[in-house]
Amino acid sequence: MTKKQKRMLRRILIALAIYLPLMVATRVFPLEPILGDRAVLVELVLFAVPYLIAGYDVLQKGFRGIFNGRVMDENFLMSVATLGAFALVLFPDAEQHFEEGAAVMLFYQVGEFFQSYAVGKTRRSIADMMDIAPEFALVIREGETVEVDPAEVAVGDRLLVRPGDRVPLDGVVLAGSSALDTSALTGESVPRQVAEGDQLVSGCINLTGRLEMRATKEYGQSAVSRILELVENASEKKARTENFVTRFARVYTPIVVLAALLLALIPPLAGFGSWSMWIQRGLTFLVVSCPCALVISVPLSFFAGIGGASRRGVLVKGSNYLEVLAKCDTVAFDKTGTLTSGKFAVVEVQPAEGESADRLLCLAAHAEASSTHPIAISIGEAYGKEIDASRIGKVEERGGYGISAEVDGHRVLVGNARMMQQARIAVGDAPRSNTALYIAADEKYLGCILIADAVKPHSQQAIGKLHDAGVKRVVVLTGDREDVARDVSEQLGVDEYRAQLLPQNKVECIESIMESSPDAKLAFVGDGINDAPVLMRADVGIAMGAMGSDAAIEAADVVLMDDDPQGVAVAIQVARKTMRIVWQNIVFAIGVKVAIMLLAAVGIANMWLAVFGDVGVAVLAILNAMRCMNIARSKD
Amino acid sequence: MRKVFKMEDLECANCAAKMQDAISKIDGVNSVNISFMTQKLTLDAEDERFDAILDAAQKAISKFEKDCVILR
Repeated sequence: MTKKQKRMLRRILIALAIYLPLMVATRVFPLEPILGDRAVLVELVLFAVPYLIAGYDVLQKGFRGIFNGRVMDENFLMSVATLGAFALVLFPDAEQHFEEGAAVMLFYQVGEFFQSYAVGKTRRSIADMMDIAPEFALVIREGETVEVDPAEVAVGDRLLVRPGDRVPLDGVVLAGSSALDTSALTGESVPRQVAEGDQLVSGCINLTGRLEMRATKEYGQSAVSRILELVENASEKKARTENFVTRFARVYTPIVVLAALLLALIPPLAGFGSWSMWIQRGLTFLVVSCPCALVISVPLSFFAGIGGASRRGVLVKGSNYLEVLAKCDTVAFDKTGTLTSGKFAVVEVQPAEGESADRLLCLAAHAEASSTHPIAISIGEAYGKEIDASRIGKVEERGGYGISAEVDGHRVLVGNARMMQQARIAVGDAPRSNTALYIAADEKYLGCILIADAVKPHSQQAIGKLHDAGVKRVVVLTGDREDVARDVSEQLGVDEYRAQLLPQNKVECIESIMESSPDAKLAFVGDGINDAPVLMRADVGIAMGAMGSDAAIEAADVVLMDDDPQGVAVAIQVARKTMRIVWQNIVFAIGVKVAIMLLAAVGIANMWLAVFGDVGVAVLAILNAMRCMNIARSKD
Repeated sequence: MRKVFKMEDLECANCAAKMQDAISKIDGVNSVNISFMTQKLTLDAEDERFDAILDAAQKAISKFEKDCVILR
């Protein structure tokens, strides 16, 4: 609670402590018999005490408002309404309502307090979620470790990150190995292993080992700063719904004021009742009409939604994108680098009859040991063991065919179909469309190794979750061959695919999809670097962020911090939940207010109901809006 | 010149919108944005008169919320 809020709470409690006994006392011990005519005045003074303690600032603001030209201010209305109750002292024969006047002011202030508290709490929750900024950096200078402010670290400085510390800036590991907790950035709870030469991203918590690193970016340019800035600025790009609510409030207020005036003036003029009754109704009408609940809860929902999403590793750059995401029924994916890792990996080892897969892999790995071709690297990775260079003799790399090498004295051939044909070695049945590498030793076919651009481990789940989340069409766009595209699509459960696309074709592709259903929106997911035009053209551009890669953050509207395609489903879930809550609040707030306004017009609603309709509704809407921050983790 | 300021005690979202309107009408202001959620004021105004414009903005703000201050 802020100081101001604490003072408010104290005042309310004191006023309440005076009011309650008074209320009970005046009911149990009526003053009239004792004091006679002066009972009314005494009662007024008694109740004026808690009234003023609770509400003096409302009165101040109300009357100051008139001088600043804001007559229809909430404070002024409350002042007039409650002073009206005390003003009845001028009609000593009429029923007095001092108690009610004081009570209503107290009630109003309690409500205002809750409203302020709820807003403060939401702001703080989001700030806490985003509390990923490192507080200090340990710089190693001339053998000594100095604690400095992260902003003072220069590029190239050597830093120490102890277990339990937060990585202060983006950089690279010089020495040591450890596991990092990246959950603050990616929402991912599985720690990430790092060792010498690996990139470090600021904001992550070092878990197990002592690390020495070199800073590669200044603090202002490091991932932590950029993410914080992004989330803070995201609330500036207002969603259409927010703009609608602002415009609505602007139009609605004068209408309501006019209606209140008519309500207060016309019936008594026409002789339908006393002035005081209709003016009272007009005031009640005005008090409940304040659009505060709407104007606060809608931006708050979006803000909370963006905060909640970033906690799950999904950075949304603007409230408007949340809105559009909620309306997406089509998601188009780039294949390479997005759904697939973009790197080659061995998918399957198919030894021929009587051969062992291990030997196949061993021979192939040794044959390919000296090559830097991505395929060679992937075989080496699949083999996993140390290459014994003494087993390798002469190696000949033939571009377009493969490698011919001497391994363990055998003449080993590792290459494509053409190479096998040339050597007149028959291969088994045709393998799948992935790149197949055939191995032969001493003219005998040993088997083949299938290599593919491996699908990311969670891609299939990601597509499933998208369908669950309500996305009707998932489309894969790729420059790759038709059969590769078809294979991947079937494997992942994708609805449609378009293959052999040049970059400009991709733009045309999504344009045609977007045109075919103008109301529904399309999201495109790419890896940022080469998909910029498509990302910009789509209704929502989602990029794989690899924990903050600059290109992705620049080009896209939404960045997935951990390159996991499941993030798209998370983004859409957050967006839909936020929009649902936004509309719940809008309907609730307007519905309740209109109902109470009507009740006020016919005299059923009293000031209590009006104050609830204003402040109570606002508090409920704010509490509801806070739900946008919680995105339940689905069971993986 | 474009600068971002933090604000204190900005309690009412309606007021924030009205403040923004009022400040945008001050002579010399190119654009202004008040974010109620983050309590931030982004002011883009003429360089030479920036301080004076900031004063005028504070005055406009105080009219709506007496306690709300721009932290300089």
